[in-house]
This record gives sequence, structure tokens and C-alpha cells, in this order.
Amino acid sequence: MINLEIPKKFVPLVGQAHQVAEEVFRPISRKYDAGEHEYPKELDMLAALIDGMNDGSDLGGAGAAGVRRTDNGDGGVRNGSNMSTVLGIIELCWGDVGLLLSMPRQGLGNSAIASVANDEQLERFRGKWAAMAITEPEAGSDSAAIRTTAVYDEATGEYVLNGEKIYVTSGERADLVVVWATLDRSLGRAAIKSFVVERSNPGLRLDRLEHKLGIRASDTAAFILDDCRVPRENLLGSPEVDVRRGFAGVMQTFDNTRPLVAGMAVGLTRACLELTQRLLAEAGVEVDYDRPAASQSAAAAEYLAMESDYEAARLLTLEAAWMADNSKPNSLQASMAKAKAGRTCVDVALRCVRLCGSLGYGEELLLEKWARDAKILDLFEGTQQIQLLIIARQLLGKSSAELK
Amino acid sequence: MSSMAERSMGLGLRALGRLAGSDVVDRLGVRKPAERVLYRATRDGFKAASAAGRTFRAVNGRGKPARLSTTAGTGLFDLTPTDEQQMLQESFKAFGAEQLRPAALRADTAAKAPAELLSAGGELGLTMLGVPEELGGAVSERSSVTAVLAAEALAHGDMGLAVALLAPAGVASALALWGDGDQQATYLPAFVEAEAPAAAALAIQEPRALFDPFALETTARRERDEFVLDGVKSLVPLAESAELLLVAARLEGHGPVLFLVEPATSGVLVKASPAMGVRAAATGDVLLEGVRLPARALLGDGDPAVYVAAVRRARLAWCALACGTARAVLDYVIPHVNERVAFGEPISNRQSVAFTVSDIGIELEGMRLATLRAAARLDAGKDAAREVAIARALCSEKGAWIGSNGVQLLGGHGYVKEHPVERWYRDLRAVGVAEGALLV
Repeated sequence: MINLEIPKKFVPLVGQAHQVAEEVFRPISRKYDAGEHEYPKELDMLAALIDGMNDGSDLGGAGAAGVRRTDNGDGGVRNGSNMSTVLGIIELCWGDVGLLLSMPRQGLGNSAIASVANDEQLERFRGKWAAMAITEPEAGSDSAAIRTTAVYDEATGEYVLNGEKIYVTSGERADLVVVWATLDRSLGRAAIKSFVVERSNPGLRLDRLEHKLGIRASDTAAFILDDCRVPRENLLGSPEVDVRRGFAGVMQTFDNTRPLVAGMAVGLTRACLELTQRLLAEAGVEVDYDRPAASQSAAAAEYLAMESDYEAARLLTLEAAWMADNSKPNSLQASMAKAKAGRTCVDVALRCVRLCGSLGYGEELLLEKWARDAKILDLFEGTQQIQLLIIARQLLGKSSAELK
Repeated sequence: MSSMAERSMGLGLRALGRLAGSDVVDRLGVRKPAERVLYRATRDGFKAASAAGRTFRAVNGRGKPARLSTTAGTGLFDLTPTDEQQMLQESFKAFGAEQLRPAALRADTAAKAPAELLSAGGELGLTMLGVPEELGGAVSERSSVTAVLAAEALAHGDMGLAVALLAPAGVASALALWGDGDQQATYLPAFVEAEAPAAAALAIQEPRALFDPFALETTARRERDEFVLDGVKSLVPLAESAELLLVAARLEGHGPVLFLVEPATSGVLVKASPAMGVRAAATGDVLLEGVRLPARALLGDGDPAVYVAAVRRARLAWCALACGTARAVLDYVIPHVNERVAFGEPISNRQSVAFTVSDIGIELEGMRLATLRAAARLDAGKDAAREVAIARALCSEKGAWIGSNGVQLLGGHGYVKEHPVERWYRDLRAVGVAEGALLV
């Protein structure tokens, strides 16, 4: 039966996540925005708390631990870990996107491991913090073009990795880095595999930390892989190069993680809207949902327009998560959610700054910071343009060769 | 009086200038009849609606009105329609594709729905969808979601014809939702028993810029046991053929309310007034001049909440129509851009074309989810003020944007009537303009 409300069973989770956002994240938001590259030590205790929540509960806490797909078997509708994770992320990013990304043991690498690792690997990497290293200086959106190579050394049973990786979120702080590398550049995307590399591996050298527009609480590392030797047991997925299946293995991760990034954008958008609503009310503007927008003040009409885009983004995100929970193929909806939420959060944040004037633009409040944080959400996990490509190919039934 | 009445008055004054200065009028002894002509001229083409259809005999019901219960679900987030809803959706979609789409161009040009289509719609039982079984309807539980899915499926065929078919269903639903026992007994049989359901519509809109349904200029005043209505309603579907209208008026000393008005009543004048789009709905204006209604014509005891609910449900109905027509646009442009070749390859191989298709897909899905959420909240008996406003904002803006890009993607071909996208461009603009007309 059609219902688009959040089920009651997730109310406690949403409440907890909101409390964390309000009482842990928001008070230190400005501190770690100003002190870029400082380690937010306040998060250690929080991470331990969330680890506790993850054990023995379907409520997957806040992070990227629970996007593995399982068959529910009973044929009924399921609201599971994909939805609960998205809901938690929305709340936490209402608090602070940068701090969410800095949460120990909640990295995108953890998501990749949770999604594609075998049982032995799951056990071995349990409790570790894993970052994700895909992008290279010459390969951003075009991740099939990566140049980092992995050569198998029969003598030692190790892969030897060489190359350069940038934009590795939590790269400095994590225990593990999941590195994408190609077994054979001539075979294209089918030869791309992901490898779990211990952060302490001497072949993995931290080159620098980036200075960024926003999400400054989150460290963004660049690495050099210099004859970095990785045991073959650390390869995620099959070691075979299956040209037919191609990219499916690694890309499948994205179907699960894109709704999460969309959720980040949704949370940030709501933060902007709520603050703006309060400041507008102080200025004497309140939205009347029944009267036509055109008969209200321009600010009220603009607020309603922003709120409607927010709601569209939020519902698309929930739809994508709901499909994942119910084992329905969702790569179209995941990209729709990511595209809509990514552009909406930037658009709304910048408009809210304008509506709130110097209160919005100044550093006294957090709105200007959110507007800077917002932009990353329309870039990482696939830029706006990449999402539009994926959506178009699906709607039009086109291959990547036809629609470039 | 409204701007339209003023415009009519302008015509009348011009006629006055000609006639008052004419000796011929006096010589022929037609001063009196000429004054009558002048009086008619101020009504600018309005005519009495008494020719129309059936009359209703007031019936005393059993006192207590029948009401549909609200639905209780599992509370889980779920986008799956029930089996019954899926069946209805499929049959309405097929009706839309087989009956409405082929008839759409002609009906649009004629600004009228073919009679046989309207009676075919009657056979579909549209007017029974919102009426409880004990009153001859088809359902045990009231569902706005079902009504939304039906409107969406029909509008995928054609929005104008969908409005013509669904306007009577809206009035039947309003009677089921808010009518008292007498009103239900008097009027509902004409919607659920008759071979062809009564032509009827919800008349809220008035002809002026920045129209606000909560600041009506149509007035109602009490005179002893009667109400007296004055004003003009616009964009009323089936205006000329309507047998029953649900008219919004500001009741003096009270606020906006709805009245059951039989257009055959003295003082009700109607006029066809085709618009840019939804022309097959035969929209028109309704002029109310000192229309005297019995006390029982007031719907829902004049409860302000009833009027607010009617306005919201009407807006949501237009959202559902927008979703259906916007989907028609998407379904139409995909094969077109894949087949149309320019510069040696299909135009859909170009990002500027392909990304427009992506954006249509994204915004349409957002419109649809927002519309369904509002409808599901109504069904659960939850407040939906915000959700309806959001659905309307999305469907109005993105809907019109989709209509525009449907034409854009076909280029010059989109501008000519050989393809339906120019009609969808016109129809989709109705959403955001229209208030009332039908409801879910």
C-alpha cells in the first residue's frame, strides 16, 4: 500500500542521530572548519558508541556499514538497512557533513567492503576504518581510465601496486585504504579491481592533505603507491578479468552508496531551510501553504519553491533506498536521487545565504559554511553530469559508446 | 463585479451609445426591447443553462450521511500500489491509450469531448470510485491515492478529456465526503445509477490575476431561509452542459463555502470560454446573478475545514493530471530523439539532448512522489497542507518546464499539430493556474 511516511520503527534511530547532530556535531562545526586538518577527537567516543549501536541491531547506526543486499525471502515489503542508514545520514548531515565524513569506521571504503567483500574478508576487516581511493590526477569522473596498476607476483602471492591517488577522504586517519587499480590497462574497465591496503603499508606514501572550499573537518589525502605490495587475500571480488561482466562488480557499490550521498545533501538542505525559515520568521515572513505563492511575499514564494525541490530530492532518495531494501534494481533511481539532491543542496544553500543577507554570509552562523560544504555533494560519488549521463543512457537505452 | 463583467459592461456601454443616439429606435417603437437587448449585451454571450440535462428532486435521506473510512496500512514506506489499484491503473491506462489519445486532437480543436467518450467514461465507473458501496458507489474505503493513479493514467491519454471525465467524479466524491444525508440521497443517484453520469464540476476559479481561492469575490448572503449568490466563475469544465455545480462563494460574515447549484436555477448563466489548453473539457464561465438557493444547498454545513479540504484536493487532482501528461511527454520524446538523425547520428547521442531527457525523468519522478505522498497522507487522515502545496509547486513549475522541453526536443515538429507535444505544452500550463474543477 502506497505510503511515503517514515515508518515508526525508525523514529528512535532518527531521534538518536538528530541528537548526535545537534549536541556533538553542531557545537564543534565551526572549530574544525577553521582548524582544517586538526583531528576531531570528539568523534572517537561517538564512534565507539555507534559501533555499539551497530551490534545486534538492524538500525545500522549512522554510517556506511550496512548497505549489503540480502534477500528477505518473505515476499513482503521491507524497510531495512538501506533506508535506516539513509535516515541516519540525513540527520547527521543536518548537523555537519564534514564531521560525518570524518566518523571513524564509517568511511566509503567500509561501504565497499560491506557491499562486496567475502565472509573471510568481512571478518578480517571488521572494526577497521577504511577509506576509498579511486580518483587520480588524470582520471576523475572517467574512473575506467585509472592508471594505477596492480601486477601479480607469483613468487610471493602478492599484488604490486604502482600509481598516484588523490581525493581520498579520511585517507590520513583511516586504518585501511581501498585502492582501485587495473590488472591490465589494455582490457579497460573489466580489469579494474579494488584492493584493501593497510594504511601502515610502507608502499603507501601520504603525499599531502588538500586545503578545501568546504567539508574542511574531513581530511582529503593524496597518496603515492610505490611498489606497494598487497596480499592477494586483500583483493575484493573475483581476481578473474571478466570482460563480459565488466565494471559491474565495482560499480554495484555505487548503486548502494549514491543514495547515501544523496541523503547527505538532503540533510544539509534541510539545515539551510530550517535556519532560513527561522530568520525569515524573525523578519516577519511566514509561508502560508494554502494561499497561492504569488500572493505572498517574494521571500515566502522562494522558500516554498526551495522546499518543494528539497522534498523531491528527499523522496527520490528514500525511493532509491527502499528499492535497494526490496532487492529491486535501482541504479536509475540512485542516480536520479544523487543528481536531484546534489544540485538542490547547492541551489538552496546559495539562495538561503542571499535571503538571509549578512547573517547568511557571515561566519557568526553556519549558513555560509553549509553553502561551502554543499558543493562537494554535487561532485563526489559521481558529478551532476555523470549522474545525468547514467540516467540518460538508461532512459534512452544507449551504450556508453553511443552517448559519451 | 469581476473584470470580465466589467468588460461586458464596456461592450454594453458602447451599445448604449449607439442605441441611445438612434432615432430609429424611437421611430420603430422598440425602445423597450432595445433596452432588453442592451441588458443582454452586458452579459456578453451568456445564456441560461436551463436547457441542460436533468433536474433533481430534493430527497430526504436517512438523516445520517454515509462516509468512507480512512485507510490503515502497515506504516511501512512503500511505493507498491495494491492489486486493486494496479488493475484500475492498467485499465485506465489502456482506456487512455485506446480511446482518449486518438480522440484528443479533434476534441481539443472542437473544445468539446465527444458524447460517446463521456458515456464510455461512465461505463468505466469513474464517478463511483469515490462513493461508498452503500450509496451505490464502488468502494468501501475512500482512497485519494486511487483517484490520483486514475487521473494520472487518464491524463497519460489526454489531459483535457481526463478533466471532462473526472470533473463529475469530483463532485460525486465531494458529496460522499461532505454531503449530508439529504444531499447524498438527492444527488448521488445521478452519478452512480444513471446510464450516463450527470455532467458536473467544482467551480472555484474566478477570472482575475493573482486569484486566491481564499479571497473570493463571488458572494453569498443569507435572506431568510435562502442564500443569494452573485459573482462569476471561470475555467469551469463542462460549463455549458453542467447539470450540477459545486460553487465556491464567500458567505457574508462567515468565509468561503461551497454550494450545490443546479444550473437550471434562475439567475445562473453559462458561456463557453475555451482556454489555451484542456480544451476538451469544454471549459466555460458561470455568471451568478442573484441566484436564490435553498438552505439545503450549503455543503458540509459551511464548515471552513470542508472548503480548505476541497481546495487542497482539487490542487492535488491537477498534480495527478500533470504527472500523467508529463509522463506522456517523456514516453513520446524518447523514441523521437533516438530516431531523429542530425549531423549523421541520432540527436540523443548529444548530451544537450540526452541531459534534457534525464532532467525530465528526474523532475517527473519528484513530482510523482510528492503527489503520492500528499494523497497517501489524505487517505491516512493526516494533515496534508504542506504536502499538497509542495506537490502543486513542483507540478506547476516542473510540469510546465517538461511541456516546454517536450516541444523543444522535437524542434519545429513540436510546434505543429502533427505531434501531440504542442497540446501537452498548453495542457501542462493549466497546472498551477487552475483551482477547483475536479478533486481526488
